[in-house]
Amino acid sequence: MVTADSAIYWDAAAERRLVAQRCAGCGALRHPPRPMCPVCHSLEFEAATLSGRGTLYSYAVLHHPQHPAFDYPVLAALVDLEEGVRLVSNLVDVEAADIEIGMPLEVTFAPTVDDRAVPVFRPAR
Amino acid sequence: MTGFGGGAAIVGIGATEFSRDAGRSELQLACEAIRDALGDAGLEPAAVDGIVSYTVDPVEETELVRSLGFREIGFSSRVPYGGGGSMGTLLHAAAAITSGAAEVVVAYRAVRARSGASRFGGPKTRPSPTSGHSGTTAMQWCMPYGVLTPASWMALNATRYMHAFGVTNADFGRAVVQLRSYAETNPAAWGYKRPMTLDDHQASRWIAEPCIRMFDCCQETDGSVALVMTARDRAADLRNPPVVIGAAATAGLFEQEIASDHYRPDLAVMDGSVALARRLFDSGFRRDELDAAMIYDAFSPILLMQLEALGFCGPGEAKGFVADANLGLDGALPTNTNGGLIGEGYIHGLNLVLEAARQLRGTAVNQVAQARRVLVTASRTGAILTRD
Ligand SMILES: [Zn+2]
Repeated sequence: MVTADSAIYWDAAAERRLVAQRCAGCGALRHPPRPMCPVCHSLEFEAATLSGRGTLYSYAVLHHPQHPAFDYPVLAALVDLEEGVRLVSNLVDVEAADIEIGMPLEVTFAPTVDDRAVPVFRPAR
Repeated sequence: MTGFGGGAAIVGIGATEFSRDAGRSELQLACEAIRDALGDAGLEPAAVDGIVSYTVDPVEETELVRSLGFREIGFSSRVPYGGGGSMGTLLHAAAAITSGAAEVVVAYRAVRARSGASRFGGPKTRPSPTSGHSGTTAMQWCMPYGVLTPASWMALNATRYMHAFGVTNADFGRAVVQLRSYAETNPAAWGYKRPMTLDDHQASRWIAEPCIRMFDCCQETDGSVALVMTARDRAADLRNPPVVIGAAATAGLFEQEIASDHYRPDLAVMDGSVALARRLFDSGFRRDELDAAMIYDAFSPILLMQLEALGFCGPGEAKGFVADANLGLDGALPTNTNGGLIGEGYIHGLNLVLEAARQLRGTAVNQVAQARRVLVTASRTGAILTRD
């Protein structure tokens, strides 16, 4: 699943770091990752560590159909990070009834297979 | 330049039955629909020299040529964007015909969305090999989070839309009731003789809360549909009155994905459809001269969102537009008169073009009186079809 172009994000997540690509040519942040900067066409970039703070842009409480790898309902989220990057993720430590668009969030990490992890979000403390 | 001067026309349509288990291959389904479309046109297979479809169709062009007995293909293409590419087949065909690249173009879609190896609405755990979701994009940003289905991808956009404009799931339900009312009288439809009330809709189980219930989803369907297109001046010699491609366009935007379209700045507006509408109406057609519209309704929220994005009402006004019965036969814009993808079935969008053609021929089950201009759109591809 992880590709040569996306490893920068998932490999950092496995180390419990939330990053986005920052162009070495013009400094623009971008997500999802890609090999070329769409602003200046530079192929050089670094993994910029993000604050992990943001707000809930949208969400959905997923009931059906179900896949055995997940617990339902799944709390799916779009998170707008303060650096201007949007992520698809999950909400944790919150009940479905308490979810509100615009609520402040912070990153945490949920373990996955092979001792890796993915960024997820909880209400900011 | 989206008009092509009306130089190309749909001259044949064909379809298999729509079911939940076709009991035969997608290739066979496509062959049957194309054979019937050629028969409807009154054209021989040897006349076909162009083939158009869109991404994720499992049927190989070479196998169609071999089965149908086409002789020499001068033009073939596939539109990107999944089902959102369905109406782009009309642009590709019209461009090929008016440029001289091909004389007779077949467009097709064949699916076993219900009985096939992978149900269309089911969880996706790997990118489709033919979807273009390679590299970094799309699926891998959703899959680790259990966001595995088309409903879940679109729900994230739909919730934002509801939040922006104070829309409720019952507002979507009112559109579904209209679609199911059309389907009730359409013998080809899944919803034939299956009445549904708003209470039924509101009692159906949540798929993705707070926006999508079971009855907001299109029907996973097995079947195939096909179109035959050629130059308008050649159409006069053929069996049926031509349905002219008056304008056709597609629009794909920066940072836009297919169904997992989560990175445009304002997801409460389907801005791909805004761009599509600008290109379509640049041709000189006006919204108020359209007699009907066929609008991609894989899930009911995107029907309302497209009504706004296409400019039939203002942002946030679609719920009122629907509640005022404007989608009905006596409304301002009779819409998805076959029942739509929700009521008739989901041949990945292309069955909506057949309904537009029937309206313009005057042979629709739920006929709009004297229909002369019909819009067909699927999110970011579309066309305006006219009676000659
Ligand atoms: Zn740059």
